[in-house]
Amino acid sequence: MDALDVLKAKYLDEIAAAADEASLEEIRLAALGKKGEISLKMRELGQMTPEERQTTGAALNRLKDEIDAALRARKTALADAALDARLATEWLDVTLPGRPRPRGTIHPVSQVMEEVTAIFADMGFAVAEGPQVESDWYNFDALNIAPEHPARQEHDTFFMHRDAEDPRPPHVLRTHTSPVQIRAMQKQGAPIRVIAPGRVYRMDMDQTHAPMFHQVEGLAIGKDISMANLKWVLEEFCRAFFEVENVELRFRASHFPFTEPSAEVDIRCSWEGGQLKIGEGDSWMEILGSGMVHPKVLESAGVDPTEWQGFAFGMGIDRLAMLKYGIPDLRAFFESDLRWLRHYGFAALDMPTVFGGLSR
Amino acid sequence: MKFTLSWLKDHLDTEASLDEITEALTDLGLEVEEVVNPGAKLAPFTLARVVHAEQHPDADKLRVCRVETDEGEKQIVCGAPNARAGITVVLCKPGDYVPGIDVTLGVGKIRGVESHGMMASERELELSDEHNGIIELPSGHVGQKFVDWLAENRPEAVDPMIHIKITPNRPDALGVRGIARDLAARGLGRLKPLAIEPVPGGFESPIKVQIDPALKEKGCPIFAGRLIRGVTNGPSPDWLQQRLRAIGLRPISALVDITNFFTFDLNRPLHVFDAAKVKGNLRIHPAKGGEELLALDGKTYALRDGMMLISDDEQPESLAGIMGGELSGCSDTTVDVFLESAYWDPITIAATGRALKINSDARYRFERGVDPEFTLPGLELATQMVLDLCGGEASDVVVDGVVPANTRAYRLDPARVISLVGMDIPEAEQRATLAALGFALNGDMATPPSWRPDVLGEADLVEEVARIASLTKLVGKPLARETVGVPGPILTPMQMREKAARRTLAALGYNECVTYSFIDGASAALFGGGQDATRIDNPISSEMTHMRPDLLPGLLQAAARNQARGFADFALFEVGPAFTGGEPGDQHLQAAGLLVGHAAPRDPYGSRRPVDVFDAKADAEAVLAAIGAPAKVQVNRKAAGWWHPGRSGVMALGPKALAVFGEVHPRVLREMGVKGPAVAFTIWPENVPFPKAKMPTRPALALSDLQAVDRDFAFVVDAGVEALTAVNAAAGADKVLIESVRVFDQFTGEKAEAQMGAGKKSIALTVRLQPRDKTLTDAEIEAVSAKIVEKVTKATGGTLRG
Repeated sequence: MDALDVLKAKYLDEIAAAADEASLEEIRLAALGKKGEISLKMRELGQMTPEERQTTGAALNRLKDEIDAALRARKTALADAALDARLATEWLDVTLPGRPRPRGTIHPVSQVMEEVTAIFADMGFAVAEGPQVESDWYNFDALNIAPEHPARQEHDTFFMHRDAEDPRPPHVLRTHTSPVQIRAMQKQGAPIRVIAPGRVYRMDMDQTHAPMFHQVEGLAIGKDISMANLKWVLEEFCRAFFEVENVELRFRASHFPFTEPSAEVDIRCSWEGGQLKIGEGDSWMEILGSGMVHPKVLESAGVDPTEWQGFAFGMGIDRLAMLKYGIPDLRAFFESDLRWLRHYGFAALDMPTVFGGLSR
Repeated sequence: MKFTLSWLKDHLDTEASLDEITEALTDLGLEVEEVVNPGAKLAPFTLARVVHAEQHPDADKLRVCRVETDEGEKQIVCGAPNARAGITVVLCKPGDYVPGIDVTLGVGKIRGVESHGMMASERELELSDEHNGIIELPSGHVGQKFVDWLAENRPEAVDPMIHIKITPNRPDALGVRGIARDLAARGLGRLKPLAIEPVPGGFESPIKVQIDPALKEKGCPIFAGRLIRGVTNGPSPDWLQQRLRAIGLRPISALVDITNFFTFDLNRPLHVFDAAKVKGNLRIHPAKGGEELLALDGKTYALRDGMMLISDDEQPESLAGIMGGELSGCSDTTVDVFLESAYWDPITIAATGRALKINSDARYRFERGVDPEFTLPGLELATQMVLDLCGGEASDVVVDGVVPANTRAYRLDPARVISLVGMDIPEAEQRATLAALGFALNGDMATPPSWRPDVLGEADLVEEVARIASLTKLVGKPLARETVGVPGPILTPMQMREKAARRTLAALGYNECVTYSFIDGASAALFGGGQDATRIDNPISSEMTHMRPDLLPGLLQAAARNQARGFADFALFEVGPAFTGGEPGDQHLQAAGLLVGHAAPRDPYGSRRPVDVFDAKADAEAVLAAIGAPAKVQVNRKAAGWWHPGRSGVMALGPKALAVFGEVHPRVLREMGVKGPAVAFTIWPENVPFPKAKMPTRPALALSDLQAVDRDFAFVVDAGVEALTAVNAAAGADKVLIESVRVFDQFTGEKAEAQMGAGKKSIALTVRLQPRDKTLTDAEIEAVSAKIVEKVTKATGGTLRG
């Protein structure tokens, strides 16, 4: 073993034994510092012959590199050990809850309105709106419900206060979304395709009724739109809305003053085990009322019934929500019970679309 | 409207089954609500004969019978005293459900003797309350179905009752005959002819009738009647009583039962007066107001001006077309009866019935419209039935007025029918349908029958044709979109805003509520509402009397209810209409949020703190940003009275308020029963201006490579100075160089005053300087800083904090 080997062994041993960064620095200075042992030996190279210088110089450089590498390695090892030791003390109970973050919800009525809108938008229907305090003309007369018509009584209408000196008939809280048909046609004329979702009001409160609920009206007027088109539109709607492969609808003759012919629409379903399944089984459930817009209604709205024809329908949004999502009680919709809102509500970003699906 | 199958068959000659009939009814628009088929529960039972009966070895009251059945001889143990050899009985076999005892039979062993079924009593089969012994049939053969035997021998016991819902346009279907006509038109049988034989009068009616001229015009165009003298008014015959009972009516006496029968059979309400109690003649006239009438329901009604009355020479005797009077009503002692048949104006009847709150079968029919042409034929038919059932002799008919003319014709356009319905219904079928329903066709013009007051136009013809053809057969036909290609957006910008506000609030952790649009007057008044204009005239409850002026009262009530359920910390919101007045336009959209309690529940990290104004402000700002409001708005202190006067603000653009936020006024919280703290905001999305032109392009992004410099400043100012004043002043010091100014600290309260003097506080701002073209020198930074200090101290009257 020559002198350099001795030197190397000495320093490598010292490095291996160093317990902290300070000792390492001392060793570095002793070996490689300006006055370090190896640095001093480097200086001696100038006095050597070229041959000696070549061999000794190369050996010294190798030694210097090796010691330098050993110093770095040891430094890293020490740092790692120190980190490990620190981490070993840094223990947290990760089963503790995350910081609380409130989870908001969208009301089922809003969600279903958006679902309905998404489907009808895809079929080319825009969204029309109208006031909820309505004149009796828009709510009744324009829809071919004469003042003495029994249907007018059956609507359980809320009337607004009317000052004694005001000769006009009292306004009403709209009993259905149908007045929006008139307003939309007055504004846009024909052809037209709109839906009109919104609040409606009837003087009725019991287990299955609330004095306020939500409807969506549909209206399509064109040159040759028929009841067969209506059936197709509703079939498509129900298939998309209830997210089933097949639906079967049954049209039953009925009567609404504002449509003629009129039909109540039933959907095939089963109630096996108390669970509603759309599109199968032997039961029929009424889901909406519809028909061909009455010529008098078109006239009221300024549309020529000899030139234009089309259909209208109306269905309950709350009821659609109840059927689709299995919500039992209508009145609970409006009670704002947090337990209910959180259970039946939808996440903020659950936005129904036709392309991405209506529900999760 | 209720009727039985056998009643229907009085008018309809049909082989159709009950199921076929009920399905057709529903399809025709006469929706079947209920079918009560007493035969259904008796279906399994068959007839059997007792061959031999002997005493049970171990029981005194039991007999062991050998019974001949359709499945051979069986042994049955029976406890009935009349169980004996030779009688024909009704057999219930093991496996059968016996309705009267609610039991499904099995093979039993009674005191050690096997029994294979039972022989039933009437009560056990729910036929009657008879339970003294088992049924002994006078006829029938072994193996015959019991329901078949009943159909032959006691048809009423298995006569199905059908209950249908009648839409307001179909008064004709309020009589069994009208229902039969619809079914016949559908092809479910043949409508039997109705023979109307006038009954000749034997004498002049001593009671004359006269319609007041005012009512002849409108009210009572025709009134007819006749006296039938010498009648015997006892119970009506069984068939009539059974009919009435089957549809839920109580038989009273033959005369009354006859009027009820005509009401339901032919939709021809009638009235019978006991002629002995009528003084003089009958006059049909409008009430003067103030008269009183004791009606047949035992109640006394005070009559109002204009209500139609039938009076004799002394007093009112009947509330025309609605209900007869008790004093002239028929009883068992009635000998002479005056039978009335009249036509009453539907509108007047409806108004009177509504005003007096009387729901009678007569009102129900007259207000929907009975057949005016049938006034006199109905009288003749009813006269005949009175003579048949009660005997007596009929007078001449007395009549005043004439049947109102209502002949009208509408064009049947077969092509239009096909185009509207979307079903290929041949013209011949269309015409045949109308003819079957009683329409008279003359070329392409159709005249509706007198019993169809609802047919008022061509569209009604379409409906008749379509409904008889059956809408069930309708096949859906695609409705193409009006445009091809990728459709444009369909929501209006405001509809998008509403959606954005809603989704943003849910994302911020609020639970969406949908509360009633009407609230109680006191709560409305707390929020600037409650005026008469927004009052509902006929509220359903005292909690729902006024249209809401604001969404907050509804949310606060919801909060109080949730607090009562044990929730302390929560966030509610609603997006919906609020009402400033009672006109159709007085409605605007609001988005309101309410934070109650603490911003977070208790947790190990000390997150819990009470909600405060700045939570509400931040959320309001988030919503405003989401619906496209400009980033910079003014904040003023002009919030309405239901906000805490010192802890609320309005975010506005000039005179337009976009949102208000703050603590809800403690007095309002107290009155609404909400435990604070409660902070809230209301946003008016319609007040947020829309950009002048919709432009998806963003302004170019100017990025600087030069490092920004942050400088902090603290100012001592009067406690009442608003931070925004300092921020705006600082920002104005160098509009190019200063990129942002932000408040990062404030120091207020006793400690602050101890350090800085009474009534003082400190505000700390951090200002970011963004050099644009060269790095800033210290001198330049100092110059800007000095300018900032100068501007802020000038604007706030404060000093730089040393």
